Amino acid sequence: MAASSPRNPPPLPGADNQDPLSEMADEDSDEGEDIFVGNSNPVAESFQTDTANGEEPADLFSEEEISTTVNSSITTTKSNGVHSDNENDLFAEASVELSMENPSTIARENPTTTAKTSGAEFTPSRTQTQPKSIEQLEEDKDEDSFDMDVAVTNPEKIGDGMNAYIAYKVSTRTTLPMFKNRTFSVWRRFSDFLGLYEKLSVKHSLNGCIIPPPPEKSIVGMTKVKVGKEDSSSADFVETRRAALERYLQRVVCHPSLLQDPDVREFLERDELPRAVGTHTLSGAGFLKMINRASDAVSKMTVKISDSDAWFDNKLQEVESEELQLRKLHAVVESLVNHRKELCGNTAVFAKSMAMLGNSEDNTALSRALSQLAEVEDKMETLHQEQAASDFFILAELLADYIRLLGAVRGCFEQRMKTWQRWQEAQSTLQKKREVEAKLLWANKPDKLQQAKEEITEWEGKVTQYERDFDRISVTVRKEFLRFEKEKSKDFKSQIVKYLESLLQSQQRLVKFWEAFLPEAKAIG
Amino acid sequence: MMQEGLDDGPDFLSEEDRGPRAVNVDLQTDATLQVDISDALSERDKVKFTVHTKSTLPNFKQNEFSVVRQHEEFIWLHDSFVENEEYAGYIIPPAPPRPDFDASREKLQKLGEGEGSMTKEEFTKMKQELEAEYLAIFKKTVAMHEVFLCRVAAHPVLRKDMNFHVFLEYNQDLSVRGKNKREKMEDFFKNVVKSADGVLVAGVKDVDDFFEHEKTFLLEYHNRVKDASSKSDRMIRSHKSAADDINRIASTLYTLGTQDSTDVCKFFLKVSELFEKTRKIEARVAADEDLKLADLLKYYLRESQAAKDLLYRRGRALVDYENANKALDKARAKNKDVLQAETSQQVCCQKFEKISESAKQELIDFKTRRVAAFRKNLVELAELELKHAKGNLQLLQSCVGVLKGDT
Repeated sequence: MAASSPRNPPPLPGADNQDPLSEMADEDSDEGEDIFVGNSNPVAESFQTDTANGEEPADLFSEEEISTTVNSSITTTKSNGVHSDNENDLFAEASVELSMENPSTIARENPTTTAKTSGAEFTPSRTQTQPKSIEQLEEDKDEDSFDMDVAVTNPEKIGDGMNAYIAYKVSTRTTLPMFKNRTFSVWRRFSDFLGLYEKLSVKHSLNGCIIPPPPEKSIVGMTKVKVGKEDSSSADFVETRRAALERYLQRVVCHPSLLQDPDVREFLERDELPRAVGTHTLSGAGFLKMINRASDAVSKMTVKISDSDAWFDNKLQEVESEELQLRKLHAVVESLVNHRKELCGNTAVFAKSMAMLGNSEDNTALSRALSQLAEVEDKMETLHQEQAASDFFILAELLADYIRLLGAVRGCFEQRMKTWQRWQEAQSTLQKKREVEAKLLWANKPDKLQQAKEEITEWEGKVTQYERDFDRISVTVRKEFLRFEKEKSKDFKSQIVKYLESLLQSQQRLVKFWEAFLPEAKAIG
Repeated sequence: MMQEGLDDGPDFLSEEDRGPRAVNVDLQTDATLQVDISDALSERDKVKFTVHTKSTLPNFKQNEFSVVRQHEEFIWLHDSFVENEEYAGYIIPPAPPRPDFDASREKLQKLGEGEGSMTKEEFTKMKQELEAEYLAIFKKTVAMHEVFLCRVAAHPVLRKDMNFHVFLEYNQDLSVRGKNKREKMEDFFKNVVKSADGVLVAGVKDVDDFFEHEKTFLLEYHNRVKDASSKSDRMIRSHKSAADDINRIASTLYTLGTQDSTDVCKFFLKVSELFEKTRKIEARVAADEDLKLADLLKYYLRESQAAKDLLYRRGRALVDYENANKALDKARAKNKDVLQAETSQQVCCQKFEKISESAKQELIDFKTRRVAAFRKNLVELAELELKHAKGNLQLLQSCVGVLKGDT
């Protein structure tokens, strides 16, 4: 792994400079590590020369060209356990453009902030991502933008037995002034991520914000890890989780309002986070379910609020049908992953069988050709395995993320409904109070009348406030939804293109394999 | 969905598909006797093959004629060769496997039952898929029956067989019924006895190096071909399943894409179209692997068994010969029934030598045929894989180009 292909310096102007780092976060014991490309380009496109000889520690924020024929197994084991430092492609497109003028406006054109699959298997070739960065640069030159990159790496098992857990390194690189440093890292565990979600939900979901949900808890997965089962499935599990946590964080920091939340800052910056309690009972999904259940009753009523509501109704319907389709798609993609893994295994077995047959064959040329065929099939096995990884990490996880996100979106809409209901109920209460007052006036009971008048004032105040709340949440939800749609569109496009590119590379290699074999076959006889 | 610029791949009844036949028999097509299956009809649970013969041989009443035959009649012909002592010294061309549409029929049935649970487009698509599969199996079984006949027609001795001529020419039903239960039991026991005997016979070391080597070789080869054949089947099945999944992905993406006319939806539609096309290619890859690799292995599994059978018969004859020698010696020693023993010994000797002579040539021919068949199929396999991979590549490149250009 350390001997992976040397990286060529990219033609991007100025990207070659290696700035010695002036400030480093304390935890970062990586002295002399080049994390950032010097120049003022806020967009992440740090291309570093090779540190793959293992002397310099992980260069987290650089993009590497990794020869895809090397180390194609999903389980890249290194000293750290699962995740290979050297083969990170963390921030290739992770930069977030934030305008500081109005934090509540929709975030600008976000280059994709999502799924950074950092396995060694499928790295987009650098030439493909470079033009993008240049484009982004040109686009964003005029804007007063800052960038922020977050990465989750180095899963490490801490402790033993059933109390063991995995700690992840959360690294941030930013130029935002609200943070103490420009680059820093902290160690977090899964419950910390859940805790963050909980805090954010409590604070912001009532405003109608779409809060990105974290990945699911998995008892089976974690137990395997705790028990110390060192096999590919637990390694897969850790990698899947790591990537999902990274995407989760990237979505959080990409959200302009959430980024301002002190809890987020604390999560990213603070060395020791108080242990998030209560998350062992409440996972992200659990919390969502709670919201959903409470608001299910609300959504069952088909209430038409006003004309402008048609927009909300339509969008909600769209979301629901889209979620259905995505679930379907996700199921099929999972089936594909399984069949490809099956194909992988069967190909390996067939290759061996072919090799045996080649050995038995007493015609020399044919014997050799059969052995060559066995080798080709062996290579195909590798190809299939990588393809399955691609299917899973790029496609299946994308779909899973969005199924969860759409659930969050629904929750948002339902929040709005609840707010409306509250307003309506207040109005009807007010009405009742007024009727009481009228009766009292007629019955001429001055002392009770005073109380009634006070109550009316109180409820008038409430009605006004609830109406304001409802208007505000409607605006927020609308805005959030539009932002979400934009992000989703970008996300899907970029991920699917990435997936297609991985397919493309597979086919290219396939062509090479068979081109090499053909002369061998022709040589028989 | 039509594939623009993408060739649909080899036609099943095209020259490529006649792989085994063209290679396993003499490469010069013999004008004196040409046999092929010109048509086939699939009824309920049987297939009717139209066997078409062109011949200049005087044995036949006409120069060109056709008859309709069913699978059982092919088996009858094959068995008649096996049971004929005169042909003991030849590799009997292996019988074609029974046409098996059960799996395909089951799938079509399941599809019919599940019609309610899928969209109309999905249903139509799946139906087309299954019908194509059915057709593929059908064409394969035709090819395999044809190969059998061609092998017989090409064999210098077997082609003269009376039963073969009756099979080709007699335009009535041969009234060959399938074996009844009792006969099947008899066959079963015969096979058991034969295998046991085969083991005994195989244990006898042969004086002739050539045959000793062939024995060892064939045993190992046969086992390994068997293994390779079953593993290749499994691999190709997985491949087909994966292609099916891509099909469903394409459908779902299409549904997603038609929900709206936003950017993202247009994107989905394009990707769905791409997957439709790549899926077709993947399915073709699996089909070609099936034809060029799996079928090849299956065929040589049967042929190597036939070769083993030949060796067994020779071995049997050798044992009989050696026993006859011993009996003769005993008779001479006791001076009793010497003449009888002498005749018996001579018969055994002749039988053995006759078999040995033809067997040697048969086994050499077998090797030649095998090497040529593998060569042809492996070359074609590589060429097809290349063609499909390049096709896929082109599709992906152009699609990625379009998609990236749009964003």
